[in-house]
Amino acid sequence: MTLDTVNFARQLRIHALRMVHRAKASHIGSCLSMADLLAVLYGGLLRVDPADPAWNGRDRFLLSKGHAAAIYYAALAERGFFPLDWLESYCRDGAVLAGHVTSKGVPGVEASTGSLGHGLPIACGMALGLRAEDKGRPDPRRVIAVLSDGELDEGSNWEAFLFAGHHKLSGLTAIIDYNKIQSFGRTSEVLDLEPLRDKLAACRWTVRAIDGHDHDAISRSLLAPPEGDRPTVIIAHTVKGKGVSFMENDLLWHYRSPRDDEFAKALAELGA
Amino acid sequence: MRSVVAEGLVALAEADERVWLLTGDLGFSVMEPFAARFPDRFINVGIAEQNMAGIAAGLAMTGRKVFCWSIVNFAVIRCLEQIRNDIVAHGADVTVIGIGGGFAYGSHGYTHHGVEDLAMTRVLPGITVAVPADPAEAAWVLAALGRQGGPAYLRLNKGGEPTLHETSLDAVPFGPMLCLRPGRDGAFLATGPVTGEALAAASLLAGQGIDMGVWSVPVIQPLDRETLTRLAKDLPLLVTVEEHVLSGGLGGAVAEAVAELPGPRAQVLRAGMDPAQPSRNGGQEDLRRTYRLDSTGLAERVLSARNR
Repeated sequence: MTLDTVNFARQLRIHALRMVHRAKASHIGSCLSMADLLAVLYGGLLRVDPADPAWNGRDRFLLSKGHAAAIYYAALAERGFFPLDWLESYCRDGAVLAGHVTSKGVPGVEASTGSLGHGLPIACGMALGLRAEDKGRPDPRRVIAVLSDGELDEGSNWEAFLFAGHHKLSGLTAIIDYNKIQSFGRTSEVLDLEPLRDKLAACRWTVRAIDGHDHDAISRSLLAPPEGDRPTVIIAHTVKGKGVSFMENDLLWHYRSPRDDEFAKALAELGA
Repeated sequence: MRSVVAEGLVALAEADERVWLLTGDLGFSVMEPFAARFPDRFINVGIAEQNMAGIAAGLAMTGRKVFCWSIVNFAVIRCLEQIRNDIVAHGADVTVIGIGGGFAYGSHGYTHHGVEDLAMTRVLPGITVAVPADPAEAAWVLAALGRQGGPAYLRLNKGGEPTLHETSLDAVPFGPMLCLRPGRDGAFLATGPVTGEALAAASLLAGQGIDMGVWSVPVIQPLDRETLTRLAKDLPLLVTVEEHVLSGGLGGAVAEAVAELPGPRAQVLRAGMDPAQPSRNGGQEDLRRTYRLDSTGLAERVLSARNR
């Protein structure tokens, strides 16, 4: 199944805005920056079966930046993993969908995340386990993890980058949603990651840098086969708050929830 | 008990191809047989415990039964959040094995004393926390955890522990406390190899006409409340014994449970490491003496409690 991913991304952005506004929740900027990545992944690239979320032949997807839960839930609901009306309960008392990604009771979510620096080590373990089963198979299952840039401050990621390179986990792909802003400011000011490409390449990963809002580029980078036995990391250059003019590239929207007038304006911009 | 468990892991891996073993670059001279026999299921992840715990969780999510191996503080405290979020919250079939529990690495100094791990792990919902007292218990606990699956934490000493159980534990159910010596005047509830000191203390006290029982508590979580309730109702005094800080470990667990019992019940004394006491460098035996966890110290605690 392949969707019109551009329209899908727009739908995801609208869902995320509605959810975050309704719940007065944070992280709309973090959601919007990865809308296009999710749209391509869940628009047909990931091998998953919404009717059978535990299907063993599926690719494994981990959203390590678990604070961007709203738009991830939206992607899963749009794909039919659970009813769309669940999205209305996001962050509500007693609801299944918590503010950070939870796998408990949520079909399609592999693991609960929210504390940063956890997704890539889990992904390494999954890639090891799947590799042991898929040896020699023509179409091995993939493990894809999306990380934030600020998250790379956590040392556990670098343990995992070293590990995956050393152990040649070519079935593993990490995508870094490099929107350049973390909670207190720009990543370059808080704890500079540059030269990021060199650091990742030095860990023996294949590094691909793309415009994280260009669907063709996202798709091409994800569909390109691994180079030799190296894991792949895609540095997706993105804009925090992408798609809503006044949220773009503004630290404010890491935490601020839109007021009613801002919400209406944002929806209008997205053509909702 | 370290080598007993290493051998037990080989047996488990032989019987079950889902068994994987990860180490954080520790276990030199005990891991080699496993590594040689099952090279595809053995990974030295390097000195990177956070990653090890996450990898273990991820492997378990693909259907593996995973054991992780390191020294207590690195295996548990360094990566406690990974154990909490990635392993325990997902109910992952992972058993974290910590070597050097208590004062086993006494002379190495404070960084290597594993004395807060029981408090930190036993509060995690759904975890099993096991602490064998001797090599026989170690083999039996590992086999039980292999059957039962994780999430679990297995705290070991290191090597050279005396055998306390004369008979095989093969047929003994896993979970309840194990009676090593019955007694009418009270009981030591001990966990880990320091249980040997409790047995020796009971012998010293017997010479003075005081009949103290000794129970090994190999499973701290879930605690055997049934036996504990019976002992607390039948006996006037329970003394918990552990190489652990006073709060939160076995003593904490027993005190919590006994405090909630209605009606007359045993007094609970906790023997353990008192962090208020000035610290001291020393080996395992020296530190046991320092914190009155040796047989003499334990016997004195009982005598002074009875004379109060």
